[in-house]
Parts: sequence; structure tokens; C-alpha cells
Amino acid sequence: MESKRELILAFESSCDETSVAVIEDGTKILSNIIATQINSHKRFGGVVPEVASRHHVEYVTRCTEDAMKAANVTYDDLTAVAVTYGPGLVGSLLIGVTAAKTIAYAHHLPLIPVNHMAGHIYAARYVKPLEYPLLALLVSGGHTELVYMKAAGEFEIIGDTRDDAAGEAYDKIGRVLGIPYPAGKEVDRLAHLGHDTFNFPRAMIHEDNDDFSFSGLKSAFINTVHHADQIGEKLSREDLAASFQAAVIDVLVTKTIRVAKRLGIKQLVVAGGVAANQGLRERLAQVVKDEHLDLDVVFPPLRLCGDNGAMVGAAAHIELQKKHFAGLDLNADPSLEFAYAATYQP
Amino acid sequence: MNILAMDTSNRALSVAVLSDDRILAEKTTDVNKNHSTTLLPAIDQILKDSHLTSDQIDRFVVAQGPGSYTGLRIGVTTAKTFAFTLHKELVGVSSLASLAGNIRHTNALLVPLFDARRDNVFTGVYQRDDHGQLTNVVSDKHVPVAALIAQLKMLNEDIIFIGTDVAHFAERFRAAFGQQAHFADDEANLPHASELGLLGAQKEAVKDIHAFIPHYLRRTQAENDWLKTHSDKGHQPYVEEV
Ligand SMILES: Nc1ncnc2c1ncn2[C@@H]1O[C@H](COP(=O)(O)OP(=O)(O)OP(=O)(O)O)[C@@H](O)[C@H]1O
Ligand SMILES: [Mg+2]
Repeated sequence: MESKRELILAFESSCDETSVAVIEDGTKILSNIIATQINSHKRFGGVVPEVASRHHVEYVTRCTEDAMKAANVTYDDLTAVAVTYGPGLVGSLLIGVTAAKTIAYAHHLPLIPVNHMAGHIYAARYVKPLEYPLLALLVSGGHTELVYMKAAGEFEIIGDTRDDAAGEAYDKIGRVLGIPYPAGKEVDRLAHLGHDTFNFPRAMIHEDNDDFSFSGLKSAFINTVHHADQIGEKLSREDLAASFQAAVIDVLVTKTIRVAKRLGIKQLVVAGGVAANQGLRERLAQVVKDEHLDLDVVFPPLRLCGDNGAMVGAAAHIELQKKHFAGLDLNADPSLEFAYAATYQP
Repeated sequence: MNILAMDTSNRALSVAVLSDDRILAEKTTDVNKNHSTTLLPAIDQILKDSHLTSDQIDRFVVAQGPGSYTGLRIGVTTAKTFAFTLHKELVGVSSLASLAGNIRHTNALLVPLFDARRDNVFTGVYQRDDHGQLTNVVSDKHVPVAALIAQLKMLNEDIIFIGTDVAHFAERFRAAFGQQAHFADDEANLPHASELGLLGAQKEAVKDIHAFIPHYLRRTQAENDWLKTHSDKGHQPYVEEV
């Protein structure tokens, strides 16, 4: 008898994207519908949780219908339903969790709870198979972490930001430059047109730990711009962006490569919204080449760097093998985090 | 017609299964627990008690609001997802109408209300007509308590206040309406999904399940502030598939 293909219907609604995907065998994207609320939250300069929750209710069944249609599958074909249950905005998470539970219940399918950050990492699975132990640099709107994976589905934080996340810093300095939310992509573009002339601080770069800090950089940037405003001096936006980005990338790349060498890691996954950053992609490739490192750096495709259902489906594929299922009482967990490694010293 | 009705619009949770006009099962709890963890288990239980499965339900009825925003979203998302995924009917009923429906055999004004904080309430005015049918006299809205009192004074009839939050305002209602103010008993102060289901049985099913959202009756603070200096006209779609 022909073995049935494994099909997972995956939901993501942790922040301001409603996304539903159908994934085959954890490796093939049959559909990945993403409804983004950026045009709405742009009005407010950032995500307003109550507004985000309201939009999710408007889109969750629409996205499900579109995902099922685009994948050309029926509920009878499905193996399981998966959903991001944290971390994120609780009101947003609840919509995906509620819809996923209802569909799993109505069609008698197992329900797989997925950690959103595991999803970001597993977006890399669509590029190539992951090889363990691996190191992941997670850089997103809410996280900047170095995560060690001894095996599939096992995550330990070995380095973390002490204050702002990298994406958050991009969005905040972007605001000062008058760039609408989310600013990362535009700052990245401007950075490629300018030069690192301001020499902003590279926080903790030489410190003997694997943590990050971006609030000092953010303050230095804001002070520079305000000071120039006060004396009526006009600064180059391109040079400001280039200087900011150079500082971020210097710290991220220096510390990540150091950890990879120390742990003898062969594969580095860079994931999360900021993994879309061209400067970061170029620099990592350059360092690996210059230093002749035996390190395979994997970036998810651009579309899979931001929040999406496909990444949730890829992470769920691993959880399905481990039979990690949830019951009808699954709740959202807005502050869900990976555990810190036993050796982690803050 | 088999109906599954659910109300998670406030602290209480109520679910019921009806077959035509017969109530097969109902479960109502009023404990401070997250509806996200309790709603589907409660539905599962009453369906089992009724010897039905969810695909044997013809119509899903939900308390559409007003109420707690998170609670409303859990109920509405559950109901619309069931209706969508099983290709069944969906009906929304006012959470306030459902409470008013708890009071029968009277032609007094029925005033269900929920505390909306800062001296505001979500409320509407209902009344039973000569055939005992529940009618809406003043539509559901978000108002200062003082404005509600002023409006009820003009109607000058006997009033029955309904809902667990009424206690917060009982003294003021007594002071304002004296003998005309009456208060529902504990049983009638709780929402009953059986009543919601009976009201939902009479309504037309919604045409566009995707577009079905709670009746919050209030814009968000962020949108109100933004609208003070901006226009909502001719904008790009706020949400778009990319
Ligand atoms: N090219 C880019 N360069 C830098 N930052 C970028 C780029 N593209 C997107 N970003 C940033 O990525 C972030 C969004 O990423 P993502 O959607 O993964 O975050 P999130 O889901 O809000 O947070 P988290 O995943 O931590 O819960 C935003 O801060 C955005 O500015
Ligand atoms: Mg994310």
C-alpha cells in the first residue's frame, strides 16, 4: 500500500501577520498564505495589540480557505494541525490558537503546539536539511539570541540580548529617520548607499560572554541626530543608516562566529525578520570566505524570514515525530521562551 | 435543526446544544478562568452528552457582543471556524439580547448591562411584545451610566436591570427610579446559551462567514486618536495578502 503523505495545516498569528500554510513532509510548501497588517499599524508607528487582534479575526478563516485551495487538499488528506502558541502578543496568538484547535477538533486531527522561535529557525529547512549540532542566530523584532541545537527540536539559549532586540533597534532608529514601521528593510537599503562615518559604539563586542546589547547604540544614534537638529546641521541619512547597520552587523557577526568556532559548529542558521538584512547576509558570507571557515551558513528565503505559517509547519513536522501534541485546553503563552543552557551566565 | 450555541462575552461561559426548540444540554460556569482553555472542552462535553458530533450541528450561534474584547474574539473565532470548516450556518446574537431573554412574562423594560469601566456601560433596552417576542427598544451601545439613566427616565416605565455587573450601579438605579427599578435574580443575571440558541434559531444565517467579527461597539483608543488628525477615507487596504 502506498504510504500516505504527511500534510500539516499550520497557523501563525503571533504578531501582525495572519498566515496559514499547508506543508508536505516538513520540507515542501504546498501553500503559504500571508496576510500582513503593516498598512494598518503604520498609522500608529508600531503594532497596536488590540488592532492586531481585531484584524486576525477578520482574516483567519479567509487565509485558511486560501491555503487549503492553493494546496489543493481536503481536510481528509491532513495529518495534523499546527499552531504558534507563543511567544508573541497574547490577543494575536489566541486567534490562531482558537482557529487551529477548532479545526483540529472538528476534523479529529492531532494538534501540534509550536514555539514561534523554533518556527523561525526551521524556516531554514526549506533551503536544505539541517545538520546537528547547529547554531542559530535568531534576529527578529522581539529576539536576538544565539541558540544551540544538539538535535532536532532541542533548543538552548547560549547568548541573548540584555535590552533591545536587533529588529526593534532598526525600527526605533528608523522612526527617528522618519521611516514608516517596520523600518528594517528601508534602513538596510539606505545603508547600502552610505558609509560608516559616525563610528557608533559596538556594545559588548570584546566582552567575554555571548550576549548582545543594542540600547546604547540606539541612544548614540538618537543623540547624534538630535544634536545635529539643534545646531541646524543636516546629516546624511545614508551615512547614518550605514553607520548604524555596520555597528549592528559587527557585533552580531563577531560574536556569532566566535561561538561557532568555540563549539566547533558546522552549520549556522540565521533566522527571524532581520535575517532578511542584505548587509548581514553579505558580511557573514565574506567572513566565512576570508577566514576559510568550515561553516555552512543557511539563510531562509526572504519570504520565510518574517512571520509565516510555512515555518510553523516545518517545526511542527519535528514535533509530530516526537508526538508532542496538545489538548483542547491549549492556551496562548505570550512569554514562552527556550530554556537557557546550563552553562549560560548572564 | 441541531444548534450549538456559545457565549464567552464576559466572565461567565455558557454553551448549549439544541435540537429545534428542545434544549438537549447546557453548561454554564461563572468562574474566573480563561475561556481559551475552557470553551472547547465544554463544547466537547455537551456534544458528548447530547450524543452528537460537531459535524452533526447545522447551525453555530455565538454571542457576538458587546463584552470583553478577548472573550468575544474567542467565541466568535470558534463559531466562525466551525461554520467555515464544516460548511454549516453561522448566526450572531447580541450578548445583551441573550441576557434580556432570560426574563419572561413581563412587559417591563429589560435593561441588560455590562460594566465598561470609568462609569460607562455596554447596554441596550429590550421589551417583550404582546406575543412574548423579545424586541429591541434602544440598540446596544457604549454609554455613560448617567446617560443611560437620563434616557430611561424619559421612557418612564418599570425597568428590570439584568447582569452580574448591575450590582455596581444598583444604588444609583434605586435612587433614580425608586419603585420602578427591579433587579433580576442570580439565575437570570447569568448568560444562558440555551436562550442564545433559541434567539439564534429565529435569525437568518450570515452570508459572509469570513467577514463575521464581534460587535465591539467601540473603536480602539489608538484608532480614535489617529482619526483626530487623519481621515479614514481612501486608504490602502489595512490587511493584504502578500
Ligand atoms: N532587511 C532588513 N534589515 C533589518 N531588519 C529587518 C529587515 N527586514 C525586516 N527587518 C526587521 O525584522 C523585524 C520583523 O521580524 P519578525 O517578523 O520575525 O519579528 P516579530 O515576529 O515581530 O518578533 P519575534 O519573532 O521576535 O516574536 C522588524 O523589526 C523589521 O524591521
Ligand atoms: Mg517573528
